[in-house]
Amino acid sequence: MDRTLPGAQPPASDESVAIAGDLTIRQLGALPDRARQARRLDLSRLGRLDTAGAWFLAGREGDGVRLEAVSPEHRGLIDLVAARVPEPKAPPPEPPGIIRLLSALGLWTVKILRQSRELLGYLGRFLVALGRSLRHPSSFPLTALVHHAQETGMKAVPIAALMAFLIAVVIAFQGATLLTQFGAEIYVVDLIAISILRELGVLLTAIIVAGRTASALTASIGSMKMREEIDAMRTLGIDPERALFVPRILALVITLPILTLIADLSGIIGGAAMAWITLGISPPLFLSRMIEETGIWHAFVGLVKAPVFAVIIGVIGCHAGMSVGKDAESLGRMTSEAVVQAIFMVILTDALFSIFFAQVGI
Amino acid sequence: MTDNVIEVRGLVTRFGSNVIHDGLDLDLRRGEILGVVGGSGTGKSVLLRTIVGLIRPAEGHIRVLGVDVGDAGEAERRALEQRWGVMFQDGALFSALTVRENVQVPMRALRLDQAVMDGLADLKIAMSGLPWDAGDKYPAELSGGMRKRAGIARALALDPEIVFLDEPTAGLDPIGADAFDRLIVELRDALGLSVFLVTHDLDTLNACCDRVAVLAEKHVLATGTIEELTRLDHPWVHDYFNGPRAHAAMAADRRQG
Repeated sequence: MDRTLPGAQPPASDESVAIAGDLTIRQLGALPDRARQARRLDLSRLGRLDTAGAWFLAGREGDGVRLEAVSPEHRGLIDLVAARVPEPKAPPPEPPGIIRLLSALGLWTVKILRQSRELLGYLGRFLVALGRSLRHPSSFPLTALVHHAQETGMKAVPIAALMAFLIAVVIAFQGATLLTQFGAEIYVVDLIAISILRELGVLLTAIIVAGRTASALTASIGSMKMREEIDAMRTLGIDPERALFVPRILALVITLPILTLIADLSGIIGGAAMAWITLGISPPLFLSRMIEETGIWHAFVGLVKAPVFAVIIGVIGCHAGMSVGKDAESLGRMTSEAVVQAIFMVILTDALFSIFFAQVGI
Repeated sequence: MTDNVIEVRGLVTRFGSNVIHDGLDLDLRRGEILGVVGGSGTGKSVLLRTIVGLIRPAEGHIRVLGVDVGDAGEAERRALEQRWGVMFQDGALFSALTVRENVQVPMRALRLDQAVMDGLADLKIAMSGLPWDAGDKYPAELSGGMRKRAGIARALALDPEIVFLDEPTAGLDPIGADAFDRLIVELRDALGLSVFLVTHDLDTLNACCDRVAVLAEKHVLATGTIEELTRLDHPWVHDYFNGPRAHAAMAADRRQG
């Protein structure tokens, strides 16, 4: 490759600077200052010229520099480039810092409010579509429902069960160390049963499902939106809410309580195993203590939250999917946003449930 | 030395057991616009991708600007990449960057001042026929035709000697496609480019191409001007260049003179 730098040689006259050799984009960065500042440029020994070089020369000429001994081809290229150089535009005025801060806050608030309204709107659309599906059972998307139940439910069983098992092991171990100091080892049973059944079983399962399924929902609906499949469905008279939202969200509503039950069981087994190993509480003792001392409502309180979490995860996933634009970047952004939103809303709702149950006195 | 900027000899490309090209020969001469046509699935885009080194050929040699693409070392390849520009079908702009930043990506290796890069990028954007405020936009905000123009602006960023264009006018309206055809010829005339143009568009073939290579039966069936190809006795070539659309395109070309 030609790497000759254009040497700016001293000219006969004291003002004119000669450029010898090529003047291309490769030389432009290393151009000596004399060539940049000269009032007259002698181009008689100029070699290859490209648009970048021509742009430089046209710019110099625009500043009143005289170009001397320009060959016709070079002249042609310089003129072509000069005609194409866009008008320099004025930069937009920068608002003062405090205004920028305030407007950012305002934009953020409006965005949050709009998003909340949209989410409520999607919840409504889902309920309407569900109602319509139930009124016309013949057109109910049963195959899709079973498929999504398998995807979001069946396939999440191992991870949900394992997670609950391990968390229960951790709680049992921590509880055992603490309770032994008071000689109250047997209370580890209550600790595990209540914490798993009431809170952790359902919450952990919901968080896992939010991570797994909310992202999958956004990705699948979002890619359909991106490829205009949703628009195609509308023009073909298929209701996307009914065809897409109902089976997906309903599958979650059905499978999340089942997953929670499995996680509860697995957690109890994990806790019992740990209690047996560290404290010598045999499984029959664990079981009888649990049945005697822990009310069934603990399990009920946990399970009743599951369908609510399911609807939250499903609606957020579907909404994020429908918010995907035309570019692949928005698909990625909405997918991660859906997961964050779903997990946040699940935890927030769980806190609200806790307050509610405390007030009611369960 | 011959004045062929691209020489493809005995090229064989396969995906698994599916043979795309079998013994394909092709030349691109300096300063010409070569149109590559062929039915769907005859491997036009695959040929383009093979020449620029995105797909490894199973057999055969590809020489671009005197360098064997298959054997070139790291430094040689990088030098070669600065001497060609590729425009992909939908522009293939980096979606996280503005149009101006996209055009500047190839320039970054040359360590230019930011002001120089801005000026050059704005020039390339203007040369590709985009409005002056397009530089600040992100690819997602542009229409398909504008993305193609931004793609060509990026392909031209380093004033390459060869430009590869993949379906430049596909999906453009007739006015936009016509403007694009003229842009290609204008840039070739001004910059002395050699253009490798994959297309389906008969109007583009008529308006721009000096020669046309027909891809069929896994190799280049014929190369020549459109006049020559219309006289060729091969069923597919005959249907392609003598169909009603071809006649309309050629009539339009004749009317424009």
